[in-house]
Amino acid sequence: MNEPWGKDGPALAARAVTKTYANGVRAVRGVDLEVPPGEIRAVVGENGAGKSTLMKLFYGLEQPSSGTILIGGRPRTLRGPASAIALGVGMVHQNLMLVPSFTVAQNVVLGVEPGRRGLVDPKAAVETTARLAAEAGLSVDPRARVDEVSVGMRQRAEILKALHRQAKVLILDEPTAVLTPQETEDLFAAVRRLRDGGMTVLFISHKLREVREISDQVSVMRAGSLVGTVATADATERSLASMMVGRDLSLDVDRSPARTAQVTLRVRNLGYEAPVGQSLHGLDFDVAAGEIVGVAGIEGNGQSELAEILAGLRRPTEGTVHVGGTDTAGLDVAGHRRAGIGYVPEDRLHNGAALDESIADNLVVDRHDRPPLARRGILHPNAVRAHAERLIEEYAIRTPDPSVPVRALSGGNMQKVIVARELSAGPRLLIASQVTRGVDVGAMRFMYEQLIAARDAGAAVLLFSADLTELLALSDWLLVLREGRLVGRFDDTTGLTEKRVGLYMLGVEEHDRAHLTTGLGLTGTGTGEASTA
Amino acid sequence: MSSVLDVVLSSAFLAAVLRVATPYLLAAFGGLVAERAGVSNIALEGQMLSAACTGALVAGYSGSVAAGAVCGVAVATLLGVLLAALRLELGADAIIAGIGINLLASGATAYAVYTLLDDKGGTSGLKSGTLPTVTLPGIESIPVVGDVLSGQNLITWLAFLVAPFVAWLFYRTRFGFHLRAVGEMPDAAASVGIPVRRVQYAGLALSGALAGLAGVFLSMGYVSFFVRDMTAGRGFIALAAVFLGGLRPWGVFLAALGFGAAEALAVQLGTLDVPPQLVSTIPYAMTLVALAVYAWRRKRRGTTTEVAASL
Repeated sequence: MNEPWGKDGPALAARAVTKTYANGVRAVRGVDLEVPPGEIRAVVGENGAGKSTLMKLFYGLEQPSSGTILIGGRPRTLRGPASAIALGVGMVHQNLMLVPSFTVAQNVVLGVEPGRRGLVDPKAAVETTARLAAEAGLSVDPRARVDEVSVGMRQRAEILKALHRQAKVLILDEPTAVLTPQETEDLFAAVRRLRDGGMTVLFISHKLREVREISDQVSVMRAGSLVGTVATADATERSLASMMVGRDLSLDVDRSPARTAQVTLRVRNLGYEAPVGQSLHGLDFDVAAGEIVGVAGIEGNGQSELAEILAGLRRPTEGTVHVGGTDTAGLDVAGHRRAGIGYVPEDRLHNGAALDESIADNLVVDRHDRPPLARRGILHPNAVRAHAERLIEEYAIRTPDPSVPVRALSGGNMQKVIVARELSAGPRLLIASQVTRGVDVGAMRFMYEQLIAARDAGAAVLLFSADLTELLALSDWLLVLREGRLVGRFDDTTGLTEKRVGLYMLGVEEHDRAHLTTGLGLTGTGTGEASTA
Repeated sequence: MSSVLDVVLSSAFLAAVLRVATPYLLAAFGGLVAERAGVSNIALEGQMLSAACTGALVAGYSGSVAAGAVCGVAVATLLGVLLAALRLELGADAIIAGIGINLLASGATAYAVYTLLDDKGGTSGLKSGTLPTVTLPGIESIPVVGDVLSGQNLITWLAFLVAPFVAWLFYRTRFGFHLRAVGEMPDAAASVGIPVRRVQYAGLALSGALAGLAGVFLSMGYVSFFVRDMTAGRGFIALAAVFLGGLRPWGVFLAALGFGAAEALAVQLGTLDVPPQLVSTIPYAMTLVALAVYAWRRKRRGTTTEVAASL
């Protein structure tokens, strides 16, 4: 068990590994995988393809039903993360595994604390963290509380955690999902440095462009099996995508130019004093019917607050919001719905659906109180069922029956239920937050098509996304939010690069107010002027 | 009014505060340890009651107060482990399981006393004695301080040492470090190889033991016999102190001391010309007021835990 690493052979390997869960789901089927030391290996696949399960097997969070896991060239039995850690395997989880109230240093040493006889030496913890950070070129503030630092620094802290445990293999599970382009570049530089120092890196992702940039080889998984491993140099995004889904599929968005009609959403001098989180200051913008407007920004710069204000979940403290002529700023959520607003929340597990209720019930929550679903306060179950069956068909929701609870669906299908509900209501304004977060390539493609179809049907769409590629592909024009203010406006996304938008997101560049408010019909010295000064 | 002030400023009153605050302090720290381990110990009340009863009975029958105290604390510790098992092994809701333990303790102690002593009220018929008092040499000669501190029960001294002990445990030891990580972010703790359940078992056992000390004090220090349901809601007030103290050792210390002072005041005012029914509501009224203040402050500040969860 605690035998040292072999002299040669793969750093990490799976031999005919199968994992069948207690409920009969076979998540991994006969996978053979070998990763030589000092390589960056990408593992790609759709959601549910078995990537995460395979990683859990390597990290000891799950045990294989059959087959062998090899670490350092020898077969191993991993009883838990502790045994994987002892063998030099470190993992950076997608949802970071840090204790929010602990400092960066405390998180880094957690589990292997310096100090004698059951005590923790806080000074040594800080020193160790600072030393590791300097060696690896990962800048962190060891004394800062984790819940007060950026997502990027949290992720660097996670990597330092693995380094503190003398990891020889580092598993990165979707590490770039929450990073800005610049932070991603820094991460990649650090990962390359680690590789050059002999580290073996497993990089899990479904962003194929990043996979092409960072990895030496790519292993593709589909439906629990390993489809193949190719040298990154020989792969294209297109070839990888078709390996992942088993058919030719492109994520290029086919989008005709917007045919904008009149303004649907008019936001003027919108301000919001947030008790917790990001406040908003003096926002002015219009969204016209028949166009998709993207809102870019590093997470936590006011996107969630803006989306929730427009959906009626929060009240603005100043300014006005008009949707199709209705002043919605003072209305409750139902009032917002009546004004024709559809909302796909960023956190679908908490705000998007009632997870323990059926698909059918979730599909009617915004319209259960009126015909044809209900008459005189009595709900008609047959009408509800028929309604659900129609939407399940139309939105290709994969489920055996409308009575299945939403919790049982995969991420992509859960999101389809929410999108089906919101779009089938025929919204005048659609607020869509992180629509494709955690959904697989197939479902992602579907969401893109649906958003464009809604636009073409005349809806004004305000799209919030942490994925810049997605924003640039879908949006007719783009706004950038930073620290609760609008700092960038790009009236045409053609030829606009992620890097350029990233500069505005980070605050390196900023548009002046005249540019931001062009065409909004504001007078030169409005009240908004003062609040952005 | 001046008579009230006379009472409050007397050294006898301060001594009473220390005595009365003892069970609140111990139970509150028991609650704090459990809460920080991520499992609410609402069974403090039942653990105290069981310890009080066991302590008095064992001491009475064996003639040894030490044996009584040890057995009382042991029973409460086992109830802590029982709560942990119900929560961690069987997945029971900690609140429901805690209520169950409280009801069980109330019924079982009354039944045990009735069966053994044929007395429905308590163990006053049994001579069980009290735990020794401690007087530091020379302390009696110091004015006021001497009057307040001398002759306090051994457990009262322990209760006041519990605050620095728990603070040291939480922030200086590996166990405390792991306990806080487990309570705040069990997945993170598990992912670095900390045995989450084992830490929670240990936390709840310690929680039960502290509640047990509080219970033993009630029947073997405060008075020298067990009375049916003698905890009178102290476990719940202690739980209020845990939250009022912001889940921090010194905050909990002050909150528990405050509740002790309120009860001591109620006892002292009972000797004056104030309706006793009204006076006896003071600790409970203060709990409500304190919790309202706590909730209001929390609302104004916004909850940092929510922010963390949403990130």
